[in-house]
Amino acid sequence: MSAVTTRNLPKNSSRKPGLTPNGRKRNSLSKGHLPRWATPGIAAGSLILGAAASTLGGFSVVTFAIFTAIIFVVASAIITTVVEGSRRGKNALATHLVYAAFLLALIPLVSVLFTVLQKGLPGINMHFLFHSMNGVTGAIDNASVENGTPVLGGAYHAVVGTLLITMWSTLISVPVGMLTAIYLVEYGKNGPLARAITFFVDVMTGIPSIVAGLFATALFAVIMGPTARMGIVAAVALSVLMIPTVVRSTEEMLKIVPNELREAAYALGVRKWRTIAKVVIPTAISGIASGVTLAIARVIGETAPILVTAGLANNINVNVFGNWMATLPTFIYYQILTPTSPTNVDPSIQRAWAAALLLILMVMVLNLGARLVASLFAPKKGR
Amino acid sequence: MTTNALRRNGSKGQVGDKVFSGAALGAGILILVTLLAVAVFLLIQALPIFSADPELVSGGEGFATYIFPIVIGTVIAAAIALVIATPVGIAVALFISHYAPRRLAAGLGYVIDLLAAIPSVIYGAWGYLVLAPALVPIYAWLAENLGFIPIFEGPASQTGKTIFTAGIVLAVMVLPIITSLSREIFLQTPKLHEEAALALGATRWEMIVMSVIPFARPGIISAVMLGLGRALGETMAVALVLSTGALIPSLIKSGNQTIAAEIALNFPEAFGLRLSELIAAGLVLFVITLVVNLIARAIIARHKEFSGAN
Repeated sequence: MSAVTTRNLPKNSSRKPGLTPNGRKRNSLSKGHLPRWATPGIAAGSLILGAAASTLGGFSVVTFAIFTAIIFVVASAIITTVVEGSRRGKNALATHLVYAAFLLALIPLVSVLFTVLQKGLPGINMHFLFHSMNGVTGAIDNASVENGTPVLGGAYHAVVGTLLITMWSTLISVPVGMLTAIYLVEYGKNGPLARAITFFVDVMTGIPSIVAGLFATALFAVIMGPTARMGIVAAVALSVLMIPTVVRSTEEMLKIVPNELREAAYALGVRKWRTIAKVVIPTAISGIASGVTLAIARVIGETAPILVTAGLANNINVNVFGNWMATLPTFIYYQILTPTSPTNVDPSIQRAWAAALLLILMVMVLNLGARLVASLFAPKKGR
Repeated sequence: MTTNALRRNGSKGQVGDKVFSGAALGAGILILVTLLAVAVFLLIQALPIFSADPELVSGGEGFATYIFPIVIGTVIAAAIALVIATPVGIAVALFISHYAPRRLAAGLGYVIDLLAAIPSVIYGAWGYLVLAPALVPIYAWLAENLGFIPIFEGPASQTGKTIFTAGIVLAVMVLPIITSLSREIFLQTPKLHEEAALALGATRWEMIVMSVIPFARPGIISAVMLGLGRALGETMAVALVLSTGALIPSLIKSGNQTIAAEIALNFPEAFGLRLSELIAAGLVLFVITLVVNLIARAIIARHKEFSGAN
């Protein structure tokens, strides 16, 4: 029995080396089972058959991979069923489908990252990073294509806009989110209000980003008139998306702070607010910081709320309280959808991919940074 | 720190306590107010459209006729996304929780989370410039061989910018949500149930069907519902990928439209009545996603004590 289990769980069994001599002989325990080389053998066979099948209708790597995968999954299921019985056949089918699903899920990730790197790298240079689109017209793009000169115009204004709007939304949502989490964990005591807040924070997590943008527009339209489009409106819209993330991560972190620490502080006569400010928060700060960083990474790539709140600018605008503002996501969107030169779209597409690479780098750095902060400064959980 | 805290009758500490608890309470209430304000302000801005002359609404036949096709379009796109993402997402979650080597599992989970980290506009750009052209031959094949089924009716789009492509891009964006939530729940399956099944001679798949899936079912349903909420509200993927048009049954021709993309594409130029029309569309979207999310949360809350999921 153990030999059977070991074969099905070869990778996480630590006892495998001890049993290998038994597995090699065809004794009564391993009779009626496929030999060890069966899986690679079937794989090799399906590679050959897959190549043959795909050449019938014009060879391509995609059809080759699809045919091979299908033949392998079906063949190994049938062979296992014949040799080991239908239960093991089903098991083999499920196992291979699960592996296939994982590989399938990796395809878009690899494809997106590869495309962005491949098409974005040529567009990244000092000119792109430190110049705006101010004064770059279709004629200039046409000239650069016809004469083969470097593409002019860059994303500096969009980078500035992204950083400013994200900074303002962080400034709004971190205090609100952290205080709410403190209320929920330290003061709310799971009362009706605390439960209502928890519930609606969950609901807020599901607000579509474009609705958050419309809300901010509608809010400022009521206050300042219908054409209020500026950076701070976008920051408010992003805060609506960011607050629930900050609340949830801070709440989780505050909950794992051991109660003994609070009780020790109370026993020394420390007031509640100083206990929270000096004991509870410093203990949880690494987790809170990483949660906030992840929340920033989430909103920095939001496009839809910016579209309806901050408009689009071609020049550098550092004032979030006046005039339209560009961000990297809206820059990408407009460069693709409405190229600067309708006849020669290549310069615009190049700028869009370069900006996409810049944006992905920002998001990845924030994500990795968050994990680094969390793992480096994490308090010991006592496990 | 200690000297200040030990001062017994210090009024400073009392004031601090009051300010601090008041601020915390205020922040909590602010969140409730914000959510209410979202509904109220959208309603205020949307009101003119409900009392407007039907002739003035886009399409000329009133708001209901205007909103109906794009609501259906939104549902179609989300349905395609879920049909693709649900089985794949659950299988990937199973792979990470029960199939992958233990040491790799955490790293693989992070790789899937990376999918969620990529901004939606980049998925949109990828769908527009890479995925859509790649799907053109497949659509042509479908129209040729399965064209008798209404959803594959030809002639297929020459650019690949169809609702089906948008659905695939949405599926990629929804996948990490379904995977990460299901994975959490799969990992919480009681070890004794799994080991008991294996000890009785079950294969690994039988063990999963008998002990893991029944335990995780409510969690999976709510994960799919949350994914649905995301797919319904996602804007950029559809705005960039879909070549919009009237509501049609064929998924491989250009046509159809979703609420979120309709708003994003038309809002920058909109004014007056058109503006309140789009805001009203946003309100409809808000209500739909709210209902979906409430159902998902209710399922989670009802099974919280059994599954420990939250």
